[in-house]
Amino acid sequence: MRRVYMDHAATTPVDPRVMEAMKPFFSEKYGNPSSLYSFAQEAKKAMEEAREKIADLINSSSSEVIFTSGGTESDNLAIKGVAFANKKKGKHIITSSIEHHAVLHPCEWLEKMGFEVTYLPVDNKGFVSVDKLEEEIRNDTILISIMHANNEIGTIEPIEEIGKIAKERGIYFHTDAVQTVGKIPVDVEKMNVDLLTISGHKMYGPKGVGALYVRKGTKITPLIHGGGHERNLRSGTENVSGIVGFGKAAELAAREMDKEAKRLVKLRDRLIEGALKIENSWLNGPRKRRLPNNVNIGFKFIEGESLILELDFSGIYANTGSACSSKSLKPSHVLTAIGLRPEETHGSLRFTLGKQNSDEDVDYVLEVLPNVVERLRRISPFKKDFGEYEEALAKEQSHKH
Amino acid sequence: MYSDKLIDHFRNPRNMGRMENPDGIGKVGNPVCGDVMYLYIKIKDNKIDDIKFETFGCAAAIGTSSVITEMAKGKTLDEALKITKKDVVDAVGGLPPIKMHCSVLAADALRAAIEDYRKKKGSGNDKPKDS
Ligand SMILES: Cc1ncc(COP(=O)(O)O)c(C=O)c1O
Ligand SMILES: [Zn+2]
Repeated sequence: MRRVYMDHAATTPVDPRVMEAMKPFFSEKYGNPSSLYSFAQEAKKAMEEAREKIADLINSSSSEVIFTSGGTESDNLAIKGVAFANKKKGKHIITSSIEHHAVLHPCEWLEKMGFEVTYLPVDNKGFVSVDKLEEEIRNDTILISIMHANNEIGTIEPIEEIGKIAKERGIYFHTDAVQTVGKIPVDVEKMNVDLLTISGHKMYGPKGVGALYVRKGTKITPLIHGGGHERNLRSGTENVSGIVGFGKAAELAAREMDKEAKRLVKLRDRLIEGALKIENSWLNGPRKRRLPNNVNIGFKFIEGESLILELDFSGIYANTGSACSSKSLKPSHVLTAIGLRPEETHGSLRFTLGKQNSDEDVDYVLEVLPNVVERLRRISPFKKDFGEYEEALAKEQSHKH
Repeated sequence: MYSDKLIDHFRNPRNMGRMENPDGIGKVGNPVCGDVMYLYIKIKDNKIDDIKFETFGCAAAIGTSSVITEMAKGKTLDEALKITKKDVVDAVGGLPPIKMHCSVLAADALRAAIEDYRKKKGSGNDKPKDS
Protein backbone atom coordinates (compact mmCIF):
# COMPACT_ATOMS: atom_id res chain seq x y z
CA MET A 1 0.00 0.00 0.00
CA ARG A 2 1.08 3.53 -0.76
CA ARG A 3 2.12 5.54 2.30
CA VAL A 4 1.50 9.26 2.12
CA TYR A 5 2.62 11.34 5.06
CA MET A 6 0.87 14.71 4.92
CA ASP A 7 1.23 15.92 8.49
CA HIS A 8 4.41 17.99 8.23
CA ALA A 9 3.00 20.74 10.43
CA ALA A 10 2.96 18.17 13.25
CA THR A 11 6.50 17.01 12.61
CA THR A 12 8.90 16.26 9.77
CA PRO A 13 11.24 13.35 9.17
CA VAL A 14 14.90 14.03 9.89
CA ASP A 15 16.69 14.69 6.60
CA PRO A 16 19.29 11.94 5.99
CA ARG A 17 21.97 14.62 5.63
CA VAL A 18 20.98 15.95 9.05
CA MET A 19 21.26 12.44 10.46
CA GLU A 20 24.75 12.09 9.01
CA ALA A 21 25.84 15.39 10.52
CA MET A 22 24.58 14.38 13.97
CA LYS A 23 26.11 10.91 14.13
CA PRO A 24 29.62 11.76 15.35
CA PHE A 25 28.24 13.69 18.32
CA PHE A 26 26.86 10.70 20.21
CA SER A 27 29.84 8.49 20.95
CA GLU A 28 32.81 10.06 19.19
CA LYS A 29 32.69 13.78 19.79
CA TYR A 30 30.73 13.53 23.02
CA GLY A 31 32.59 16.14 25.03
CA ASN A 32 30.77 18.72 27.13
CA PRO A 33 31.02 22.07 25.32
CA SER A 34 31.75 23.75 28.66
CA SER A 35 34.93 21.75 29.22
CA LEU A 36 38.19 23.42 28.31
CA TYR A 37 40.30 20.63 26.83
CA SER A 38 40.60 20.45 23.09
CA PHE A 39 38.49 17.29 22.79
CA ALA A 40 35.43 19.00 24.22
CA GLN A 41 36.10 22.10 22.19
CA GLU A 42 35.20 20.12 19.08
CA ALA A 43 31.66 19.92 20.41
CA LYS A 44 31.71 23.60 21.30
CA LYS A 45 32.90 24.53 17.83
CA ALA A 46 30.21 22.43 16.14
CA MET A 47 27.59 24.00 18.34
CA GLU A 48 28.73 27.51 17.49
CA GLU A 49 28.73 26.67 13.80
CA ALA A 50 25.15 25.51 14.16
CA ARG A 51 24.31 28.78 15.88
CA GLU A 52 25.76 30.67 12.91
CA LYS A 53 23.61 28.67 10.50
CA ILE A 54 20.44 29.40 12.44
CA ALA A 55 21.40 33.07 12.64
CA ASP A 56 22.05 33.19 8.88
CA LEU A 57 18.65 31.70 8.16
CA ILE A 58 16.83 34.45 10.08
CA ASN A 59 19.31 37.28 9.42
CA SER A 60 20.35 37.75 13.03
CA SER A 61 23.71 37.69 14.71
CA SER A 62 24.66 34.35 16.23
CA SER A 63 24.95 35.81 19.73
CA GLU A 64 21.21 36.45 19.60
CA VAL A 65 20.31 32.77 19.14
CA ILE A 66 19.50 30.84 22.34
CA PHE A 67 19.16 27.08 22.04
CA THR A 68 16.21 25.48 23.82
CA SER A 69 14.41 22.15 23.85
CA GLY A 70 11.96 23.22 21.14
CA GLY A 71 9.13 25.50 20.15
CA THR A 72 7.17 25.13 23.35
CA GLU A 73 10.10 26.09 25.54
CA SER A 74 11.04 29.01 23.32
CA ASP A 75 7.48 30.37 23.46
CA ASN A 76 7.43 29.98 27.23
CA LEU A 77 10.80 31.67 27.62
CA ALA A 78 9.81 34.57 25.39
CA ILE A 79 6.49 35.25 27.06
CA LYS A 80 7.16 34.52 30.71
CA GLY A 81 10.74 35.73 30.46
CA VAL A 82 9.77 39.13 29.08
CA ALA A 83 6.71 39.45 31.34
CA PHE A 84 8.71 38.84 34.51
CA ALA A 85 11.64 41.01 33.49
CA ASN A 86 9.40 43.96 32.60
CA LYS A 87 6.66 43.78 35.19
CA LYS A 88 7.75 47.05 36.74
CA LYS A 89 7.09 48.72 33.41
CA GLY A 90 3.69 47.17 32.86
CA LYS A 91 1.50 44.12 33.09
CA HIS A 92 -0.34 44.10 29.77
CA ILE A 93 0.27 41.62 26.96
CA ILE A 94 -1.38 41.47 23.54
CA THR A 95 -1.65 38.22 21.62
CA SER A 96 -4.14 36.61 19.23
CA SER A 97 -6.88 34.08 19.78
CA ILE A 98 -5.35 31.66 17.26
CA GLU A 99 -1.89 31.23 18.77
CA HIS A 100 -0.53 27.78 19.49
CA HIS A 101 -1.21 26.53 23.00
CA ALA A 102 2.51 27.01 23.71
CA VAL A 103 1.72 30.75 23.63
CA LEU A 104 -1.87 30.79 24.87
CA HIS A 105 -1.33 28.68 27.96
CA PRO A 106 1.65 30.69 29.26
CA CYS A 107 -0.49 33.81 28.73
CA GLU A 108 -3.39 32.31 30.64
CA TRP A 109 -1.02 31.31 33.41
CA LEU A 110 0.38 34.85 33.53
CA GLU A 111 -3.16 36.16 33.97
CA LYS A 112 -3.35 34.12 37.15
CA MET A 113 -0.12 35.78 38.24
CA GLY A 114 -1.65 39.25 37.88
CA PHE A 115 -0.84 40.10 34.27
CA GLU A 116 -3.55 41.22 31.86
CA VAL A 117 -3.79 39.71 28.41
CA THR A 118 -5.76 40.86 25.35
CA TYR A 119 -6.56 38.05 22.93
CA LEU A 120 -7.16 39.70 19.56
CA PRO A 121 -9.91 38.24 17.40
CA VAL A 122 -9.14 37.31 13.79
CA ASP A 123 -11.20 37.64 10.63
CA ASN A 124 -12.77 34.68 8.87
CA LYS A 125 -9.49 33.84 7.13
CA GLY A 126 -7.48 34.00 10.32
CA PHE A 127 -5.88 37.44 9.90
CA VAL A 128 -5.19 39.68 12.86
CA SER A 129 -6.28 43.27 12.27
CA VAL A 130 -3.34 45.64 12.60
CA ASP A 131 -5.69 48.55 13.36
CA LYS A 132 -7.42 46.63 16.08
CA LEU A 133 -4.07 45.67 17.53
CA GLU A 134 -3.00 49.29 17.60
CA GLU A 135 -6.20 50.26 19.40
CA GLU A 136 -5.53 47.72 22.11
CA ILE A 137 -2.08 49.07 22.95
CA ARG A 138 -1.99 50.65 26.41
CA ASN A 139 0.64 52.58 28.32
CA ASP A 140 1.41 49.46 30.31
CA THR A 141 1.64 47.09 27.32
CA ILE A 142 4.98 45.31 27.60
CA LEU A 143 4.72 42.54 25.02
CA ILE A 144 2.98 41.73 21.77
CA SER A 145 3.07 38.09 20.63
CA ILE A 146 1.57 37.23 17.24
CA MET A 147 2.45 34.07 15.36
CA HIS A 148 4.10 34.32 11.97
CA ALA A 149 1.90 31.65 10.41
CA ASN A 150 -0.87 29.58 11.87
CA ASN A 151 -0.23 25.86 12.14
CA GLU A 152 -3.82 24.81 11.45
CA ILE A 153 -5.07 27.02 8.64
CA GLY A 154 -1.80 28.39 7.25
CA THR A 155 -2.60 32.10 7.56
CA ILE A 156 0.54 34.26 7.33
CA GLU A 157 0.08 37.26 9.64
CA PRO A 158 1.15 40.84 8.79
CA ILE A 159 4.22 40.60 11.00
CA GLU A 160 6.22 43.40 9.38
CA GLU A 161 3.43 45.92 9.96
CA ILE A 162 2.90 44.81 13.53
CA GLY A 163 6.65 44.91 14.11
CA LYS A 164 6.81 48.48 12.91
CA ILE A 165 4.08 49.55 15.31
CA ALA A 166 5.65 47.68 18.21
CA LYS A 167 8.98 49.31 17.51
CA GLU A 168 7.47 52.81 17.30
CA ARG A 169 5.67 52.29 20.58
CA GLY A 170 8.67 50.72 22.30
CA ILE A 171 6.92 47.42 23.02
CA TYR A 172 8.67 44.07 22.81
CA PHE A 173 7.44 41.95 19.93
CA HIS A 174 7.59 38.16 19.84
CA THR A 175 6.56 35.95 16.95
CA ASP A 176 6.14 32.18 16.95
CA ALA A 177 7.75 31.27 13.64
CA VAL A 178 7.70 27.51 14.17
CA GLN A 179 5.72 26.94 10.96
CA THR A 180 7.68 29.38 8.80
CA VAL A 181 11.40 29.19 9.54
CA GLY A 182 12.99 27.02 6.87
CA LYS A 183 9.81 27.17 4.77
CA ILE A 184 9.46 30.81 3.77
CA PRO A 185 11.89 33.72 4.23
CA VAL A 186 12.19 34.96 7.79
CA ASP A 187 14.21 38.09 8.52
CA VAL A 188 14.23 39.47 12.05
CA GLU A 189 15.32 42.88 10.83
CA LYS A 190 12.61 43.27 8.20
CA MET A 191 10.03 41.90 10.59
CA ASN A 192 11.16 44.16 13.43
CA VAL A 193 10.83 41.37 15.97
CA ASP A 194 12.63 41.23 19.30
CA LEU A 195 11.97 37.56 19.93
CA LEU A 196 11.31 34.72 17.51
CA THR A 197 10.56 31.06 18.17
CA ILE A 198 11.99 28.22 16.05
CA SER A 199 11.57 24.46 16.38
CA GLY A 200 13.96 21.88 14.91
CA HIS A 201 11.57 19.05 14.21
CA LYS A 202 9.29 21.13 11.97
CA MET A 203 12.15 21.77 9.53
CA TYR A 204 13.63 18.31 9.00
CA GLY A 205 15.80 18.53 12.10
CA PRO A 206 15.55 16.35 15.20
CA LYS A 207 12.91 16.56 17.93
CA GLY A 208 13.72 18.15 21.27
CA VAL A 209 15.72 21.09 20.00
CA GLY A 210 14.74 24.62 19.07
CA ALA A 211 15.85 28.19 19.48
CA LEU A 212 14.69 31.55 20.64
CA TYR A 213 16.04 34.58 18.86
CA VAL A 214 16.48 37.34 21.45
CA ARG A 215 17.40 40.75 20.09
CA LYS A 216 20.43 42.26 21.78
CA GLY A 217 19.37 44.46 24.68
CA THR A 218 16.02 42.75 25.27
CA LYS A 219 15.15 42.58 28.96
CA ILE A 220 14.34 38.95 29.67
CA THR A 221 14.58 36.58 32.66
CA PRO A 222 15.51 32.90 32.33
CA LEU A 223 13.06 30.16 33.30
CA ILE A 224 15.76 27.56 33.88
CA HIS A 225 18.53 28.53 36.29
CA GLY A 226 21.80 26.68 36.70
CA GLY A 227 25.27 26.82 35.22
CA GLY A 228 24.62 29.91 33.13
CA HIS A 229 24.63 28.37 29.67
CA GLU A 230 23.23 30.17 26.65
CA ARG A 231 24.07 33.65 27.86
CA ASN A 232 22.49 32.82 31.18
CA LEU A 233 19.09 32.44 29.53
CA ARG A 234 18.90 28.68 29.45
CA SER A 235 21.09 26.68 31.77
CA GLY A 236 21.87 23.01 31.27
CA THR A 237 24.44 21.11 29.22
CA GLU A 238 23.51 21.66 25.62
CA ASN A 239 21.88 19.03 23.42
CA VAL A 240 24.95 19.02 21.16
CA SER A 241 23.91 16.35 18.67
CA GLY A 242 20.46 17.89 18.38
CA ILE A 243 21.88 21.35 17.94
CA VAL A 244 24.28 20.16 15.24
CA GLY A 245 21.37 18.49 13.42
CA PHE A 246 19.26 21.61 13.81
CA GLY A 247 22.09 23.68 12.34
CA LYS A 248 22.45 21.32 9.40
CA ALA A 249 18.70 21.54 8.80
CA ALA A 250 18.97 25.35 8.78
CA GLU A 251 21.85 25.22 6.29
CA LEU A 252 19.86 22.96 3.97
CA ALA A 253 16.74 25.09 4.29
CA ALA A 254 18.62 28.26 3.45
CA ARG A 255 19.77 26.64 0.21
CA GLU A 256 16.66 24.72 -0.77
CA MET A 257 13.57 26.36 0.62
CA ASP A 258 12.76 28.79 -2.18
CA LYS A 259 12.62 26.06 -4.76
CA GLU A 260 10.79 23.73 -2.40
CA ALA A 261 8.18 26.37 -1.52
CA LYS A 262 7.42 26.90 -5.21
CA ARG A 263 7.01 23.16 -5.69
CA LEU A 264 4.76 22.84 -2.65
CA VAL A 265 2.50 25.72 -3.66
CA LYS A 266 1.67 23.83 -6.87
CA LEU A 267 0.91 20.64 -4.99
CA ARG A 268 -1.06 22.57 -2.39
CA ASP A 269 -3.25 24.35 -4.91
CA ARG A 270 -3.93 21.16 -6.81
CA LEU A 271 -4.93 19.40 -3.61
CA ILE A 272 -7.20 22.30 -2.62
CA GLU A 273 -8.91 22.43 -6.02
CA GLY A 274 -9.37 18.67 -6.09
CA ALA A 275 -10.74 18.43 -2.57
CA LEU A 276 -13.17 21.30 -3.11
CA LYS A 277 -14.79 19.34 -5.94
CA ILE A 278 -16.35 17.22 -3.22
CA GLU A 279 -19.81 18.58 -2.39
CA ASN A 280 -20.42 20.52 0.79
CA SER A 281 -16.77 21.31 1.40
CA TRP A 282 -14.93 24.56 1.89
CA LEU A 283 -11.40 25.87 2.42
CA ASN A 284 -10.41 27.00 5.90
CA GLY A 285 -7.91 29.86 5.86
CA PRO A 286 -6.95 32.23 3.05
CA ARG A 287 -6.03 31.62 -0.58
CA LYS A 288 -3.29 34.22 -0.55
CA ARG A 289 -0.81 34.78 2.23
CA ARG A 290 -1.06 31.11 3.06
CA LEU A 291 1.74 28.70 4.03
CA PRO A 292 2.98 26.90 0.90
CA ASN A 293 2.30 23.50 2.45
CA ASN A 294 -1.03 23.97 4.22
CA VAL A 295 -4.38 22.59 3.06
CA ASN A 296 -7.35 22.69 5.43
CA ILE A 297 -10.72 21.62 4.11
CA GLY A 298 -14.02 21.42 5.95
CA PHE A 299 -16.54 18.70 5.11
CA LYS A 300 -20.12 18.99 6.23
CA PHE A 301 -22.03 16.13 7.89
CA ILE A 302 -19.04 14.01 8.84
CA GLU A 303 -16.60 14.03 11.70
CA GLY A 304 -12.83 14.50 11.48
CA GLU A 305 -11.65 11.71 13.71
CA SER A 306 -13.40 9.09 11.62
CA LEU A 307 -12.03 10.77 8.49
CA ILE A 308 -8.47 10.49 9.83
CA LEU A 309 -8.99 6.83 10.63
CA GLU A 310 -10.45 6.08 7.23
CA LEU A 311 -7.53 7.80 5.48
CA ASP A 312 -5.15 5.87 7.71
CA PHE A 313 -6.57 2.61 6.32
CA SER A 314 -5.44 3.84 2.91
CA GLY A 315 -2.00 4.82 4.16
CA ILE A 316 -2.70 8.57 4.23
CA TYR A 317 -1.65 10.43 7.36
CA ALA A 318 -3.48 13.70 7.97
CA ASN A 319 -4.84 15.75 10.87
CA THR A 320 -8.08 17.30 12.10
CA GLY A 321 -9.34 20.01 14.44
CA SER A 322 -12.30 17.92 15.52
CA ALA A 323 -13.30 17.80 19.18
CA CYS A 324 -13.50 14.03 19.29
CA SER A 325 -9.87 13.73 18.25
CA SER A 326 -8.53 16.17 20.83
CA LYS A 327 -7.47 15.45 24.37
CA SER A 328 -9.65 18.28 25.64
CA LEU A 329 -12.73 17.16 23.68
CA LYS A 330 -13.07 20.75 22.52
CA PRO A 331 -13.08 21.69 18.86
CA SER A 332 -10.07 23.60 17.55
CA HIS A 333 -9.85 27.12 19.00
CA VAL A 334 -8.55 28.30 15.63
CA LEU A 335 -11.54 27.06 13.64
CA THR A 336 -13.84 28.52 16.29
CA ALA A 337 -12.00 31.86 16.09
CA ILE A 338 -12.50 32.11 12.31
CA GLY A 339 -16.22 31.80 12.92
CA LEU A 340 -17.04 28.20 12.03
CA ARG A 341 -20.18 26.89 13.65
CA PRO A 342 -19.48 24.08 16.12
CA GLU A 343 -20.98 21.43 13.86
CA GLU A 344 -18.71 22.67 11.06
CA THR A 345 -15.53 22.41 13.12
CA HIS A 346 -15.98 18.66 13.48
CA GLY A 347 -15.39 17.83 9.84
CA SER A 348 -12.14 19.69 9.26
CA LEU A 349 -9.22 17.95 7.63
CA ARG A 350 -5.66 19.28 7.48
CA PHE A 351 -3.02 18.10 5.04
CA THR A 352 0.44 19.63 5.41
CA LEU A 353 2.81 18.81 2.61
CA GLY A 354 6.55 18.28 2.72
CA LYS A 355 9.71 17.24 0.96
CA GLN A 356 8.80 13.66 0.11
CA ASN A 357 5.34 14.47 -1.21
CA SER A 358 4.98 14.20 -4.96
CA ASP A 359 2.37 14.84 -7.62
CA GLU A 360 1.52 11.15 -7.40
CA ASP A 361 0.80 11.54 -3.69
CA VAL A 362 -1.67 14.33 -4.43
CA ASP A 363 -3.29 12.16 -7.11
CA TYR A 364 -3.58 9.31 -4.64
CA VAL A 365 -5.17 11.48 -1.95
CA LEU A 366 -7.61 12.91 -4.48
CA GLU A 367 -8.50 9.40 -5.52
CA VAL A 368 -9.10 8.14 -1.98
CA LEU A 369 -10.66 11.21 -0.36
CA PRO A 370 -13.99 11.40 -2.25
CA ASN A 371 -14.72 7.76 -1.47
CA VAL A 372 -13.90 8.17 2.18
CA VAL A 373 -16.11 11.25 2.50
CA GLU A 374 -18.89 9.51 0.65
CA ARG A 375 -18.73 6.40 2.80
CA LEU A 376 -18.93 8.42 6.02
CA ARG A 377 -21.77 10.51 4.62
CA ARG A 378 -23.67 7.32 3.88
CA ILE A 379 -23.39 6.47 7.58
CA SER A 380 -24.36 10.00 8.69
CA PRO A 381 -28.00 10.88 9.36
CA PHE A 382 -27.36 14.28 7.76
CA LYS A 383 -27.34 14.34 3.99
CA LYS A 384 -28.29 17.82 2.82
CA ASP A 385 -28.66 19.80 6.02
CA PHE A 386 -28.60 19.30 9.74
CA GLY A 387 -32.35 18.58 9.64
CA GLU A 388 -34.34 19.41 12.70
CA TYR A 389 -31.19 20.73 14.38
CA GLU A 390 -30.83 23.48 11.82
CA GLU A 391 -33.20 25.82 13.61
CA ALA A 392 -31.66 25.20 17.00
CA LEU A 393 -28.21 25.71 15.51
CA ALA A 394 -29.23 29.01 13.94
CA LYS A 395 -30.67 30.15 17.26
CA GLU A 396 -27.46 29.21 19.04
CA GLN A 397 -25.52 31.17 16.47
CA SER A 398 -27.65 34.32 16.79
CA HIS A 399 -27.21 34.16 20.57
CA LYS A 400 -23.50 34.59 20.14
CA HIS A 401 -23.80 37.76 18.07
CA MET B 1 -5.90 2.98 20.16
CA TYR B 2 -9.02 1.06 19.08
CA SER B 3 -9.63 -2.70 19.35
CA ASP B 4 -9.84 -4.84 16.21
CA LYS B 5 -13.47 -5.43 17.03
CA LEU B 6 -14.29 -1.74 17.04
CA ILE B 7 -12.34 -1.16 13.86
CA ASP B 8 -14.23 -4.00 12.22
CA HIS B 9 -17.58 -2.44 13.14
CA PHE B 10 -16.38 0.96 11.99
CA ARG B 11 -15.22 -0.33 8.65
CA ASN B 12 -18.06 -2.79 8.09
CA PRO B 13 -20.98 -1.31 9.96
CA ARG B 14 -23.89 -3.73 10.46
CA ASN B 15 -27.49 -2.62 9.96
CA MET B 16 -26.46 0.79 8.69
CA GLY B 17 -28.83 3.09 6.87
CA ARG B 18 -32.21 4.75 7.10
CA MET B 19 -35.37 2.71 7.73
CA GLU B 20 -38.64 3.54 5.99
CA ASN B 21 -41.64 3.59 8.33
CA PRO B 22 -39.95 2.47 11.50
CA ASP B 23 -42.06 1.61 14.55
CA GLY B 24 -39.75 3.65 16.76
CA ILE B 25 -36.91 6.16 16.30
CA GLY B 26 -34.32 7.19 18.85
CA LYS B 27 -32.41 10.39 18.10
CA VAL B 28 -29.69 11.29 20.54
CA GLY B 29 -26.72 13.64 20.61
CA ASN B 30 -26.32 17.02 19.00
CA PRO B 31 -24.21 18.11 16.03
CA VAL B 32 -22.80 20.93 18.14
CA CYS B 33 -21.13 18.42 20.46
CA GLY B 34 -20.00 16.16 17.69
CA ASP B 35 -21.80 12.83 17.93
CA VAL B 36 -25.37 12.21 16.75
CA MET B 37 -27.05 8.83 16.42
CA TYR B 38 -30.39 7.94 14.87
CA LEU B 39 -31.62 4.44 15.66
CA TYR B 40 -34.64 2.91 13.94
CA ILE B 41 -36.54 -0.20 15.07
CA LYS B 42 -39.28 -2.42 13.69
CA ILE B 43 -41.19 -4.47 16.24
CA LYS B 44 -42.88 -7.82 15.73
CA ASP B 45 -44.35 -9.92 18.56
CA ASN B 46 -42.81 -7.55 21.06
CA LYS B 47 -39.36 -8.28 19.69
CA ILE B 48 -36.95 -6.13 17.74
CA ASP B 49 -37.48 -7.58 14.31
CA ASP B 50 -35.35 -5.12 12.40
CA ILE B 51 -32.99 -2.36 13.44
CA LYS B 52 -30.95 0.26 11.62
CA PHE B 53 -28.74 3.19 12.55
CA GLU B 54 -27.23 6.38 11.14
CA THR B 55 -24.41 8.11 12.99
CA PHE B 56 -22.52 11.39 12.66
CA GLY B 57 -19.43 11.05 14.77
CA CYS B 58 -16.08 9.53 15.49
CA ALA B 59 -15.06 5.92 14.97
CA ALA B 60 -16.06 5.04 18.55
CA ALA B 61 -19.54 6.45 18.00
CA ILE B 62 -19.96 4.64 14.68
CA GLY B 63 -18.52 1.35 15.96
CA THR B 64 -20.68 1.26 19.09
CA SER B 65 -23.75 2.20 17.00
CA SER B 66 -23.11 -0.78 14.79
CA VAL B 67 -22.46 -3.21 17.63
CA ILE B 68 -25.62 -2.31 19.54
CA THR B 69 -27.77 -3.10 16.53
CA GLU B 70 -26.36 -6.63 16.55
CA MET B 71 -26.87 -6.93 20.28
CA ALA B 72 -30.48 -5.74 20.19
CA LYS B 73 -31.74 -7.53 17.10
CA GLY B 74 -34.12 -10.36 18.00
CA LYS B 75 -34.37 -9.37 21.65
CA THR B 76 -37.66 -8.59 23.40
CA LEU B 77 -38.08 -4.95 24.29
CA ASP B 78 -37.48 -5.65 27.96
CA GLU B 79 -34.32 -7.58 27.18
CA ALA B 80 -33.13 -4.82 24.90
CA LEU B 81 -33.70 -2.19 27.57
CA LYS B 82 -31.30 -4.06 29.82
CA ILE B 83 -28.36 -3.40 27.49
CA THR B 84 -26.10 -0.97 29.31
CA LYS B 85 -23.35 1.35 28.16
CA LYS B 86 -20.87 -1.05 29.74
CA ASP B 87 -22.27 -3.98 27.73
CA VAL B 88 -21.72 -1.96 24.57
CA VAL B 89 -18.17 -1.03 25.51
CA ASP B 90 -17.39 -4.66 26.39
CA ALA B 91 -18.87 -5.82 23.10
CA VAL B 92 -16.43 -3.69 21.11
CA GLY B 93 -13.52 -4.96 23.18
CA GLY B 94 -13.16 -1.83 25.32
CA LEU B 95 -12.57 1.82 24.45
CA PRO B 96 -9.82 4.29 25.36
CA PRO B 97 -10.88 6.26 28.48
CA ILE B 98 -11.26 9.50 26.55
CA LYS B 99 -13.68 7.82 24.17
CA MET B 100 -16.07 6.52 26.83
CA HIS B 101 -18.44 9.44 26.39
CA CYS B 102 -18.90 8.55 22.72
CA SER B 103 -20.30 5.16 23.67
CA VAL B 104 -23.22 6.47 25.77
CA LEU B 105 -25.05 7.37 22.62
CA ALA B 106 -25.72 3.81 21.51
CA ALA B 107 -27.49 2.62 24.66
CA ASP B 108 -29.36 5.93 24.94
CA ALA B 109 -30.51 5.77 21.32
CA LEU B 110 -31.84 2.25 21.75
CA ARG B 111 -33.74 3.26 24.87
CA ALA B 112 -35.11 6.34 23.11
CA ALA B 113 -36.26 4.26 20.13
CA ILE B 114 -38.11 1.80 22.39
CA GLU B 115 -39.71 4.64 24.33
CA ASP B 116 -40.78 6.24 21.06
CA TYR B 117 -42.34 2.97 19.94
CA ARG B 118 -44.23 2.56 23.22
CA LYS B 119 -45.43 6.13 23.15
CA LYS B 120 -46.74 5.72 19.63
CA LYS B 121 -48.42 2.46 20.56
CA GLY B 122 -50.07 3.98 23.59
CA SER B 123 -49.54 2.57 27.05
CA GLY B 124 -51.15 -0.83 26.34
CA ASN B 125 -47.82 -2.54 25.86
CA ASP B 126 -45.73 -4.59 28.19
CA LYS B 127 -44.62 -2.88 31.36
CA PRO B 128 -44.19 0.60 29.86
CA LYS B 129 -42.97 2.40 32.95
CA ASP B 130 -40.79 0.10 35.02
CA SER B 131 -37.58 0.02 33.07
C1 LIG C 1 2.92 27.29 15.82
C2 LIG C 1 3.57 26.33 16.77
N1 LIG C 1 4.16 26.77 17.88
C3 LIG C 1 4.76 25.95 18.75
C4 LIG C 1 4.78 24.59 18.56
C5 LIG C 1 5.47 23.71 19.55
O1 LIG C 1 6.71 23.29 19.09
P1 LIG C 1 7.49 22.04 19.74
O2 LIG C 1 6.76 20.82 19.31
O3 LIG C 1 8.86 22.12 19.18
O4 LIG C 1 7.46 22.22 21.22
C6 LIG C 1 4.17 24.07 17.41
C7 LIG C 1 4.12 22.61 17.19
O5 LIG C 1 3.06 22.03 16.99
C8 LIG C 1 3.54 24.96 16.50
O6 LIG C 1 2.95 24.51 15.39
ZN1 LIG D 1 -16.69 10.69 19.69
